[in-house]
Amino acid sequence: MSDTIEAKVIEIIAEQAVLEVSDVTPTSTLEDLGIDSLGLVESIFAIEEAFDIQVPFNANDPSESDFDISSVASITKAVSALVSEQK
Amino acid sequence: MKRVVITGQGTINSLGRSVAETLEGFREGRCGISELEFQDVDRLSIKIGGQVKNYDAEAEFNRQQIALYDRYTQFTLLAAREAVGQSGLTFNGELAQRSGVVLGTSGGGMQTLDENYRSVYEEGKNRVHPFVVPKLMNNAAASHVSMAYNLKGPSFTVATACASSNHAMGQAFQMIRTGMCDVMVTGGSESMLCFGGVKAWEGLRVMSRDACRPFSLGRSGMVQGEGAGVFVFEDYDHAKARGAEILAEVIGFAMTSDASDIVMPSKQGAARAISGALKDARLNPSDVCYINAHGTGTAANDKTECAAVADVFGAHADHLMMSSTKSMHGHLIGGTGAVELLACIMALREGVIAPTIGYEEPDPECALDVVPNVAREANVDVVLSNAFAFGGLNAVLALRKAP
Repeated sequence: MSDTIEAKVIEIIAEQAVLEVSDVTPTSTLEDLGIDSLGLVESIFAIEEAFDIQVPFNANDPSESDFDISSVASITKAVSALVSEQK
Repeated sequence: MKRVVITGQGTINSLGRSVAETLEGFREGRCGISELEFQDVDRLSIKIGGQVKNYDAEAEFNRQQIALYDRYTQFTLLAAREAVGQSGLTFNGELAQRSGVVLGTSGGGMQTLDENYRSVYEEGKNRVHPFVVPKLMNNAAASHVSMAYNLKGPSFTVATACASSNHAMGQAFQMIRTGMCDVMVTGGSESMLCFGGVKAWEGLRVMSRDACRPFSLGRSGMVQGEGAGVFVFEDYDHAKARGAEILAEVIGFAMTSDASDIVMPSKQGAARAISGALKDARLNPSDVCYINAHGTGTAANDKTECAAVADVFGAHADHLMMSSTKSMHGHLIGGTGAVELLACIMALREGVIAPTIGYEEPDPECALDVVPNVAREANVDVVLSNAFAFGGLNAVLALRKAP
């Protein structure tokens, strides 16, 4: 399950960054990938739709949110936690 | 060029049903933000707003009127009634032809849209009320004000998101200043507090779940409000000749475009609008005592606005006051500048500066005197009112004490 979550998160982020899936790795940061604040909000929306979860994220202070967006790996980890919590 | 003065003001918003009630709210630092009440609110993650509570449309309007007036139009007409009533003007003959109405709104008849989408999409109905279009259109409020008061000159609606009212009032000011009109009814209105309206805003992830705390460290975003503010702008000579009570003088206006990003504000765009208003009013930065901030309570707006003010005013930035009354009435989007102008006029007429409530601790990126939590007495001669919209459209007004 966690592998498929990572693959789906990478697919969503790659699409947002207009990159190939192979260009996005777990250690990539959103900044590396050129995703700005609007792109981030769109990515979170796509994640919520794909996994049918609610992501606690306030754009006013991303660092205050429980949802860690520092890298693709951290996003995957947070999504996995939310999936098991909310299912 | 003609001088332009304000001879009437009116409002309805979550702090009160009149100017007197609203100013009392400002003086007390009262919070009009509360739990939202409307259909499907349980499906929202944002459940607070500056909503006009216990409002009974049937107590104000008859059935035929309600069939044509969306809530945003009703609010406009109630505010216009107070403002025009105070001005003492009646519009006939030549004056009617030289008077108009320019109002701001962003969503227009959003309640009507929401109700009717629900009816055709969710309930599967195939028929809507025949007046849906004239009820929801963005110029409905301006048109009904023109009909109510026989205003036959230039009349239209301005839609520049959160700067709509300031852009509208700027147009009204320029029309009188250049001699095109003698009197303009102006301001703005908004009523987006319905399921679809708030749901759309939720998507942006800039809304607070608890409170609007502009300029405060740890602020968590904006809170929406609803209501209207309407003013009577009048040629000074005309007002003086009829012995009208003058509330304040409008002395300058500037508008700029960031031309950079659809949601992120630009310091340069805001600074050019502020300095443009000073230049238009022939003011020195040191003349300004108070600024009614755009102050939405988002991370992005508040630090950008403070940086813009610091750039324009230099050392004087430490000597002026800047507060955001959105902390009390919420963000009225297209109507916000109009309700906020009431705080500007209060500062000039009564020497009371409305506070920024909900303020917890200073944010080093917003290091100005934001009049935290408690209203303050101060003798104020010149004020500015800022509005910076999504889409990078900025509008700043300058006002002075009544001559």
